[in-house]
Amino acid sequence: MESTIVKAVDYNAYFGDNHVVKNVNIEIPRNNTIAVMGPSGCGKTTFLRGINRMHELIPGATAKGKILLNNEDVLEMHPIFVRLKIGMVFQRPNPFPNLSIYDNVIAGYKLNGIKLPKAEKDKIVEHSLTRVALWNEVKDSLTKKGSFLSGGQQQRLCIARAVAMEPEVLLFDEPTSALDPISTSTVEELFHELKKNYTLIIVTHNMQQAARCSDKTAFFYMGELVEYGETKQMFTNPADIRTQNYITGRFS
Amino acid sequence: MSVHVKYRIGKSRVFQGLTILLSVACVVPLLFILVYIIQAGITKINWHFLTNLPKPVGESGGGIANALLGSIIIIALASVIAIPFGILCGIYLSENKKSKLAYWSRLCVDILQGVPSIVIGIVAYFWLVKPTGSFSALSGSVALAIMMLPIVVRSTEETLLLLPDSLKEAAYALGMPFHRVILKVILPCGISGILSGVMLSIARITGETAPLLFTAFGNPYLSTNILKPMQSLPLLIFNYATSPYNDWHDLAWGASCILLIWVLTLNIITKLITRKWKVQL
Ligand SMILES: Nc1ncnc2c1ncn2[C@@H]1O[C@H](COP(=O)(O)OP(=O)(O)OP(=O)(O)O)[C@@H](O)[C@H]1O
Ligand SMILES: [Mg+2]
Repeated sequence: MESTIVKAVDYNAYFGDNHVVKNVNIEIPRNNTIAVMGPSGCGKTTFLRGINRMHELIPGATAKGKILLNNEDVLEMHPIFVRLKIGMVFQRPNPFPNLSIYDNVIAGYKLNGIKLPKAEKDKIVEHSLTRVALWNEVKDSLTKKGSFLSGGQQQRLCIARAVAMEPEVLLFDEPTSALDPISTSTVEELFHELKKNYTLIIVTHNMQQAARCSDKTAFFYMGELVEYGETKQMFTNPADIRTQNYITGRFS
Repeated sequence: MSVHVKYRIGKSRVFQGLTILLSVACVVPLLFILVYIIQAGITKINWHFLTNLPKPVGESGGGIANALLGSIIIIALASVIAIPFGILCGIYLSENKKSKLAYWSRLCVDILQGVPSIVIGIVAYFWLVKPTGSFSALSGSVALAIMMLPIVVRSTEETLLLLPDSLKEAAYALGMPFHRVILKVILPCGISGILSGVMLSIARITGETAPLLFTAFGNPYLSTNILKPMQSLPLLIFNYATSPYNDWHDLAWGASCILLIWVLTLNIITKLITRKWKVQL
C-alpha cells in the first residue's frame, strides 16, 4: 500500500469575497507525480499555493479547511516550516539575480543564515545540480550569475534550488510553459528522476505532459475538484462530462 | 515631386532644426555657469586654500578649511539621520502599497518635498536651537535630513516597486522570514537605485543655505563640536560674497568652485553606481 503524504480536507481558498477553491478533498500518495489540470482561472495555482502557505502572502487572501502533510495540518504550522518541507518551482524561472549559480543552489541555506562547512556546501551544490542534469553544463561557471543562463537552464537551477533543501514535496506551477521544447523534455525527464525521492504536484496545461509524466491527475473546474484518478484512466475513460469535454478540447 | 510634399519636407526640416537649436540653448546656461565659476574659482584653489582658516580682513591668503570640514560633518550627520529612516520608510511603502498608513505617509512625503527649505530651517530653529539655547551643527543636520528624506523615501520605494514579485516569492518559497527576504534579496537587488537616490539627495542638500542660516549659523573658526555653531560652504559663500572685501570675494569664488566640483562628482558617482551595481534582472 502507498502511504498518503498530502491530504486536503474540505479545503477552501478565497481572494476577499471571491471563493476560488471550493471544498477540495484529495489524497496524494507518497513518491507519486500528480498532474493538476483544468481550464484557465479554475483555481489550480491558488490550490497549489495553498499547499505551502504561499496563498496567504497575497493581501486579502484567506483559506479554510485542512491541508495535512504527514497527518499534520500545515495551516496550524508556522509557514516557514511548511515551506522548508514543501518546495516550489514557479512558472517563470526566477533565480536570484544578485547571486552566483553556486549561491543560488544553496540560497535556501545561505539566505536563511544557516552556516554550513564549505565541503558540505560543495556536496549539496554538486548533488543538486547533478539531480537536475545541469552539473555538466555549469560546473565550470559556478561563480557566474544565475541570470546569465538560458531560460531552460535557469528553470533547472530553480528546481535544483528547491531540491537542495531536501523537501518532501515539490510543487510545480506550469514549470515548462516558458520553455522551448528541448528544455521542456529535459525538465520532463527530471520529473521521472525526482519522483524516486519526492512527491511531485505539477500544474500543467499540456495534456501530453500530464499523460507522460504523471501517475494521477486531478481535474479542476471552476474551483471544484471534479475528478481525480489514475492518469491513464482519466485520459482514456473520464467519468465526468466536464473532464471529457476538456480533454477533447470542447471548452471555449 | 509635388509642391505640397516639398512644402511638408521643408516644414519638417524647420521643426527638426528648432528642436536641435533649443536643446543647445538648454545647455548654454549650464556651460556658462561652469565656465564662469571655474574661471573665477579654480585659480584660488590649492592646498593652502583647503587646509587653512580664513584670514581677518586686510590679510591676504587664507582658506576655507573650517567650511569644508563643517560641510562634511553636517552632511554626514544629516545622512546618518535621513538614510536609515528614508530606506525603511521606502521599504514599508513598497511592501504595503494599499494600507492607510502608506497612503498618508506617501502624501506627507510628497508635501515635505515641496516645503521651501527656509521653512524647514525655521522649524529646526524652533525645535532645536530655541530649546537648547544655541545654534548648532546638529540642528542644521536635522534640517538638511528633513530635506533629504523625501528623495530617499521615494527613490527607495520606486526602485523596490520595479523589482518583480517573482523574486520575493522565490525567497518566501524557500522558507525565508520577512526580514531576511528584505535584507538578503530585495535590498541587494535594488541597491543601485537606492544608492543613486541617496547620492542625489546628498547632492541636493550640499548647496542648501537657507536652512543653515538659523541653525548651523556659521563660525569663523574650525569647530568639530556638533552642539556648537559650525561653518559650511554655502554659509561661507553667502557671508563672504556679500562682504565688501576683495580677499573675501576670492574665498567665496574658490568655495563656489569646490561646491560645484562636489556636486558634479556626486552626479558622476551616481551614474557609475547605476551602471556598475545594477543587478541584471
Ligand atoms: N492575486 C489575485 N488576487 C485576486 N484574485 C486572484 C488573484 N489570483 C487569482 N485570482 C482569482 O482566482 C481565480 C483562480 O486563479 P488561479 O490563478 O488559481 O487560476 P489557474 O487555474 O491557475 O489559471 P491559469 O491556468 O490561467 O494559471 C481567478 O479567477 C482569479 O480571478
Ligand atoms: Mg495558474
